[in-house]
Amino acid sequence: MKYLDEYRDGRVARKIVDEIRRVQTKPWVIMEVCGGQTHSIVKNGIDYLLPQGVELVHGPGCPVCVTPLEMIDKAHAIARRPDVIFCSFGDMLRVPGSEGDLFTIKSEGGDVRVVYSPLDCLKIARANPEKKVVFFAIGFETTAPANAMLAWRALQEGVKNISLLVSHVLVPPALEAILASPQNRVQGFLGPGHVCAVMGYEEYEPISARFRVPIVITGFEPLDILQGTLMTIRQLETERAEVENEYSRILDRAGNRTAQKLVSEVFEVGDRKWRGIGMIPQSGYRLREEFREHDAEKLFDVARIDTREPEICISGEILRGIKKPKDCPAFGTLCNPQHPLGATMVSAEGACAAYYAYGRHLQRDEVDVPVHSLGGAA
Amino acid sequence: MCLAIPGKVVDTFDQHGMRMAKVQFGGITREACLEYVPDTKVGEYVLVHVGFAISKVDEEEAQRTYQLLEEMDQLTELLAPVVDEHGSRENER
Repeated sequence: MKYLDEYRDGRVARKIVDEIRRVQTKPWVIMEVCGGQTHSIVKNGIDYLLPQGVELVHGPGCPVCVTPLEMIDKAHAIARRPDVIFCSFGDMLRVPGSEGDLFTIKSEGGDVRVVYSPLDCLKIARANPEKKVVFFAIGFETTAPANAMLAWRALQEGVKNISLLVSHVLVPPALEAILASPQNRVQGFLGPGHVCAVMGYEEYEPISARFRVPIVITGFEPLDILQGTLMTIRQLETERAEVENEYSRILDRAGNRTAQKLVSEVFEVGDRKWRGIGMIPQSGYRLREEFREHDAEKLFDVARIDTREPEICISGEILRGIKKPKDCPAFGTLCNPQHPLGATMVSAEGACAAYYAYGRHLQRDEVDVPVHSLGGAA
Repeated sequence: MCLAIPGKVVDTFDQHGMRMAKVQFGGITREACLEYVPDTKVGEYVLVHVGFAISKVDEEEAQRTYQLLEEMDQLTELLAPVVDEHGSRENER
């Protein structure tokens, strides 16, 4: 447990928090981008450790959350077909569409399978030549190399009965959309560590320069998040706006070039709709034309699916840092993890689901704030 | 689901022309594709996301991160069924 203790050592945490207090003179709003960071912040009570003037808001970095409802309905329409084996990462199975979820479809006789790796679909397709194997290819840049490899191998090996239902999203265009909004409150970002392990962080530099906003690429461990917050506040207080790398033990500016190369050979950038936010130009991947025979949206007739989201849901404002889960009248009552009404409640990494899981729908004095796990910092 | 999980490479092999590894995550061993970190050797630690190694890590980092992910209940992807060469599932849950 030595290593673990070092990285959540209460004394180190307190030192960083003290330093934040020392350098901070004005109120600041900082957004963490990655759903794993959101989960870690809420679980460890990091938002409660920070001084009053430092507000963390929770960004759109949970891929399950931002997959649009109509894409989920498309997946369900395909998964219900008797000639299809529908493969998905486990996280997508309980996300409700307009009618039920993938578990329901499985219980009604649909062949829905959870896969660990997209490559599992190749084995399933070879073993079931009479079936159409469809993979629900969702994710941010971290997942893109894995999903790209499936399409690439399917084409190279001539495995005709594989297709991908692609709903891939990209972080930088989402940050630009948030910053360009007239309602924007975000003054600095904790950038997504594992996304940048693949992509590097060069592409964040023009965003930081154009909007004069600090972006600190940050890990998801409690001390990473505190350190990333300190680095962001130091920049804000000294009127700097740069991309800095808190997570240099994992990644560098270039990222994984081998992975980036295959991703760009398989996918091209296109417009993409985000659940809760809407269309963001050039914010996602779609399969290149050479892969059309492996593109599920071209193979199955799913173009005319219309959906309606509940009007009460404010997930779009939460994902852009304008509101917090507790600003929503439905939070914890009409909307909860068993009956999610929108994007930020459908996955454990969504801000609303994390707030719910760690008792944030209760009053603060009713919550067992787990700062004790950070060594009892008070 | 965007977090990658660190594990120790205990074996490397070729599968349909792809460089693969057996990677140990705590008590669970799963296959991972090494095509994106091709110089990885047995005994080294890698960050694995949905069955693909995306970068190397040192042992200390790997052990600490694994424990934190375990506490955050972020290891469920490792429990997905193993699909064998015949496309059948070995540990359907």
